[in-house]
Amino acid sequence: MNEMNITSAKYGYGNSCINANIDSINITVPLDPDNRHYAEIKRQVDAGELTIEDAD
Amino acid sequence: MSRARDFADLASAYSDGSLAGPNIIQNGDMAVSQRGTSLTSQTGTFYCVDRFKIIESADAVFTVAQSSTSPEGFNNSLKIDTTTADSSLSSAQYSSIVQNQEGLNLQHLNWGTANAKPLTISFHVRSNVTGTYCLLLVAKDATVKYQSQTYTIDSADTWEKKVLTYIGETTTAIPDDNSNSLWIEFCLGSGTGYTSGGATGQAWSSDTTKYYGGQGVNIMASTSNEFLLTGVQMEVGEVATPYKHESYGDNLFRCQRYYWQFGTGDPQYTPIGTGVSEGSFSNIDIFYPTKMRATPTIAYSGIQVFDGSTAEDVTGTRGSSAGLQSIHFQPNHGSLVVGRGVHAYLTGTSGYFSFDSEL
Repeated sequence: MNEMNITSAKYGYGNSCINANIDSINITVPLDPDNRHYAEIKRQVDAGELTIEDAD
Repeated sequence: MSRARDFADLASAYSDGSLAGPNIIQNGDMAVSQRGTSLTSQTGTFYCVDRFKIIESADAVFTVAQSSTSPEGFNNSLKIDTTTADSSLSSAQYSSIVQNQEGLNLQHLNWGTANAKPLTISFHVRSNVTGTYCLLLVAKDATVKYQSQTYTIDSADTWEKKVLTYIGETTTAIPDDNSNSLWIEFCLGSGTGYTSGGATGQAWSSDTTKYYGGQGVNIMASTSNEFLLTGVQMEVGEVATPYKHESYGDNLFRCQRYYWQFGTGDPQYTPIGTGVSEGSFSNIDIFYPTKMRATPTIAYSGIQVFDGSTAEDVTGTRGSSAGLQSIHFQPNHGSLVVGRGVHAYLTGTSGYFSFDSEL
């Protein structure tokens, strides 16, 4: 059992990473399925609970 | 215990392999706490001492600390202090202390075969709340299955050593990779949805009502409550051998596969990395102290970049290309001279730059 509160997610330059706010902390998440933050972002996107904004 | 019994147990432990192998648990003595030594107002999922995740899914609030209160032979413990109480847990609310393990560290267990080896977990625990607690061993492959066993804290505010043995898993092999394959979970309180089925004992189950089976107390019930834990050791076999102390450096190095950071507390101008400016952003390369479990998440605060004449605050991440041993980091900042060499550093003792590949 686990919990993560993701309030924003936006791709970095060249879609190289995702800049996100998770549990009230701004973090940069790699696109690695073994990374727990990316796995949770992907899970929430697949579930329709989260949208990742395009990069600037 | 007689000397003959001691020797018999040592022989048994040798046969099982625990004398030859390390404690499977990292930082069991709670000596490493890179994120800080005290975190207040904690809810949700968070870490204080390295490798031990705290989950608080109820309405309570914790202060969590690396405490100097410890039993003989140890200098630290993980201390959970309830600062906002939740004495009425709903069915699905709970709190626990978790350490996850990757499959690469577990192949010697021979799980998935008829020769699957048992595991013995020993630990020192202390609380003002006496009663029955649940310690869970969870195996995760295609499904999640677990053994929930109970122990009792008999005397308030007194260190007690506990030992529990869990049977091996004979039907499914642990993947030989970096994925989360096994974890232990010390329950601090749970709603009836996870306890009503009772403890599994030495048997595997996927019955959710047995997940925290037998948990009889709720640390979150009062702001007077606290729970302290240290000396956590998980070893192969049915015998608990004395805690395998290791040097601080070795302990830290094992933890850094999952998390490491510059700061907090490192002095101003502590370097993070060097690179070259492209004006409003820079290209900074940073090398890790060890190969990390997975590509890490980065977080930072209090960082500047200096081009030889001007220093600018880092305002965000433009992009990054990270691997398991290094990262190419592109911080956004105010204007610096294009093409100049730059270095990034902490602006003060509260600055940090962290790398997280926890399970």
